Amino acid sequence: MIHPTADAGFGVYLHWPFCASKCPYCDFNSHVRHTRVDEERFVAAFAREIAHNAALTGPREVTSIFFGGGTPSLMRPATVGAILDAVARHWSIAPDAEISLEANPTSVEAERFRGYRAAGVNRVSLGVQALNDADLRRLGRMHTAAEALAAVRIAADTFERYSFDLIYARPHQTPAAWAAELKEAIGHAVEHLSLYQLTIEPGTWFERLVAAGKLSVPDSETGRALYDVTQEVCARHGLPGYEISNHARPGAECRHNLLYWRYGEYAGIGPGAHGRLVTAGGRLATVTVRGPEDWLSAVERDGHGIESSEILSPEAQGDEFLLMGLRLVEGIDPGRFAALAGRPLDAGRVDALIAEGLLARDAAGRLRATEAGFPVLDALVADLSS
Amino acid sequence: MTTKPIENIRNFSIVAHIDHGKSTLADRLIQKTGALSEREMQEQVLDSMDIERERGITIKAQTVRLEYPAKDGKTYILNLMDTPGHVDFAYEVSRSLAACEGSLLVVDASQGVEAQTLANVYQALDANHEIVPVLNKIDLPAAEPERVKEQIEEVIGLDASDAVLISAKTGLGIEDVLEAIVTRLPPPKGDAEAPLKAMLVDSWYDAYLGVVVLVRIVDGVLKKGMTIRMMGTGAAYPVDRVGVFRPKMTNVDSLGPGEVGFLTASIKEVADTAVGDTITDDRRPCAEPLPGFKPVQPVVFCGIFPVDAADFEDLRAAMGKLRLNDASFTYEMETSAALGFGFRCGFLGLLHLEIIQERLEREFNLDLISTAPSVVYRLRMTDGTERELHNPADMPDVVKIAEIAEPWIRATILTPDEYLGSILKLCQDRRGEQVDLNYVGKRAMVVYDLPLNEVVFDFYDRLKSVSKGYASFDYQLTEYRPGDLVKMSILVNGEPVDALSMLVHRTRAEARGRAMCEKLKDLIPQHLFQIPIQAAIGSKIIARETIRALRKDVTAKCYGGDVTRKRKLLEKQKEGKKRMRQFGKVEIPQEAFIAALKIDS
Repeated sequence: MIHPTADAGFGVYLHWPFCASKCPYCDFNSHVRHTRVDEERFVAAFAREIAHNAALTGPREVTSIFFGGGTPSLMRPATVGAILDAVARHWSIAPDAEISLEANPTSVEAERFRGYRAAGVNRVSLGVQALNDADLRRLGRMHTAAEALAAVRIAADTFERYSFDLIYARPHQTPAAWAAELKEAIGHAVEHLSLYQLTIEPGTWFERLVAAGKLSVPDSETGRALYDVTQEVCARHGLPGYEISNHARPGAECRHNLLYWRYGEYAGIGPGAHGRLVTAGGRLATVTVRGPEDWLSAVERDGHGIESSEILSPEAQGDEFLLMGLRLVEGIDPGRFAALAGRPLDAGRVDALIAEGLLARDAAGRLRATEAGFPVLDALVADLSS
Repeated sequence: MTTKPIENIRNFSIVAHIDHGKSTLADRLIQKTGALSEREMQEQVLDSMDIERERGITIKAQTVRLEYPAKDGKTYILNLMDTPGHVDFAYEVSRSLAACEGSLLVVDASQGVEAQTLANVYQALDANHEIVPVLNKIDLPAAEPERVKEQIEEVIGLDASDAVLISAKTGLGIEDVLEAIVTRLPPPKGDAEAPLKAMLVDSWYDAYLGVVVLVRIVDGVLKKGMTIRMMGTGAAYPVDRVGVFRPKMTNVDSLGPGEVGFLTASIKEVADTAVGDTITDDRRPCAEPLPGFKPVQPVVFCGIFPVDAADFEDLRAAMGKLRLNDASFTYEMETSAALGFGFRCGFLGLLHLEIIQERLEREFNLDLISTAPSVVYRLRMTDGTERELHNPADMPDVVKIAEIAEPWIRATILTPDEYLGSILKLCQDRRGEQVDLNYVGKRAMVVYDLPLNEVVFDFYDRLKSVSKGYASFDYQLTEYRPGDLVKMSILVNGEPVDALSMLVHRTRAEARGRAMCEKLKDLIPQHLFQIPIQAAIGSKIIARETIRALRKDVTAKCYGGDVTRKRKLLEKQKEGKKRMRQFGKVEIPQEAFIAALKIDS
């Protein structure tokens, strides 16, 4: 178990906004381009935006870097290397920094793994999503289960650490079928798994299908059963949950993501990226322009693509701290909430939630959601933050 | 023009069911006599409120003076008193009718006599009116004037052989109507030399003129500058202005016997003018006042609350303004744990309630919640005292109550034969007692005695739905009868919700309770814990539903880029919680109250 600290480090998130195709469930900032993406131009823009952020933060030691997307594994290894060089030029990178990259598990992309390793990436996260071909097709994935598992093996041979994602609560999925698939997955995962319940997001193709009655997803009762199976199977196989959707061998948690949940400091670089920077004026929330080409021209014109930057109020910081921190099994330090929000948690609400068995307080005074509390965390946070 | 020869005056009103063409006929009469130019004509001139025009109903009495050169060579003054057509406004109808000597009974030649027609025509007969039947819409292919004439003779007992056949829409027969008014309706009677005796027919507030009083002169002469006295209230006022409606307000020097017109006299509030009062000359008063009207009593009550508590003062001001023009609407402040500060309001009936609500929302731009309408119960206490109960929440301890009496109505329903079975069942289900059932052509006419309590609870909507909209309905209050009435409370997670309590008949309590619990089950969002919803009489639970605890709502993915969006959602959620009402641990959205209190489901 890693030690929860208030000073969770400094992370850099880099967003590569392109995908070979759009998955029907995805509402991320991803774009399909049919002409060649000018990676050199993007590298230059990333470098400029990094410089701009470094000017805002001052010197920092970077403890984690995360290439997310989109599909960062569409980048040439040289591009990844050049961006990492830019990070190193403007801040310093800790010798043991975790450098993750999201990758699609196709054979084409697996061929680039060695190059990413050489560029400095030491952890990959693979979007496997399912271990049967029928579901993969329905999810709009461009790979088969066999191809994905082959990519997982290459990742295991190439990187110190790797993880992969699965999506559950797929149409017609039963808890028994999911348990079997999950056990198979754990056989291929050494230290880390991200397991997401399928969510129908606004604006996605799946939303339209659901609205048209052409797609049905498990109801909340089945969703709960699938969630419970997930926790139970993973815990039994040595990958206990450390966050709502993330499971790891103790010590193998994703350090970059922990930074978000511990409400640490991070810079968001690239189109549609979000940052939380600790500046002299307070905690600064930054958001960059979403459209890749718009972001590019903004950076080339202004030196950065930040379209909104806002010093967060104590109330907003308290909300964000609760939203993120209570997702972790380690829970939160109520003292830090009080420091951020400028007020303590409502003792009456805390006690009521403890009495309901949804929240627990440990000997050190930390508050965490219980097994019963996690599945209804959104309502719990809404109650606690009021 | 001091006085017109009284034999050249005709005062008349039009009695009709909604949609049978009363307002259109009035428009035609105005047009034909040249009171308004083509350019000034707009549809339904007399219905000046938007709500009146939209719903095709008349709420306030209106009047217009027409000059008609008749075929006998003389020019007549015709005063049309337009009356509301709905039972809720029966009081306004009765005083308008009292100001006239005759009525036109307008019946749609394709529809025939309706329940409302009956109620109003009986009132006109009660006022000793001469009645001229007019069959409208004879241009329609479905018109059956002969059958409708028979119906009028059979149901109302009026000779319809000389009925005037018209189409108000095309203008056909309008001249015949004017001639019938002149030749078949009697002129008013009155003595110009006698002391002033005039009836206060109606009054309203005009932004420019102050209170305008509509009067019908019986004896004597009303002149500008004289001092009048209200015989009922005793107040005296110098008259600023005397005039007539053509239909625009036009000043005249005086009004003589038989004439209808208006006066203004620096009267501050409509409440200072008692409708039905007798107006006389302060210096030379008449000996006897006219027989008055009984004061109106609100029949249906409900609580009206602002959705946003900050609108309370605006609501109070709006109610004050409406009351200026509508003395039959009453309100007093009320507080509710569920709905906050608001008003307990009294109305003449359900339509009146709906109209006031709509005017408050529309003319004053307020968002309102109304509680379920309830009637006025009379409680006889064990100590022998009596009291009225306007709000179920104020129900005293049952051990102190000897007897509860509720108002009953006599309802007349006219319906095509095929819906009769369902309508009889509806009336039976609502504790109705059949008084009469007979056929008028292909239509059945049923008369039922019903508790008003059962009628305010979605009766109209059920009647409309079982008869596909073909049944017509009218009622009048008859009497109070003791009943086995109990107060039903609704408990959410064991906490009583005051705004949802109601008085019901014991035999109906379980069904009502179950319906309310089922509705609330769908309206109250899931909480982190299970919530029982119960209906109870005293401590006895008669219906129960359970809202299961929330099972899963956690967001699957939440990383650095999601937190802003999630925070904004949370802020919205917190904002929403502010609009919720807390009952113990349960938060009930205001929308849930609005939906639960809707009477139409």
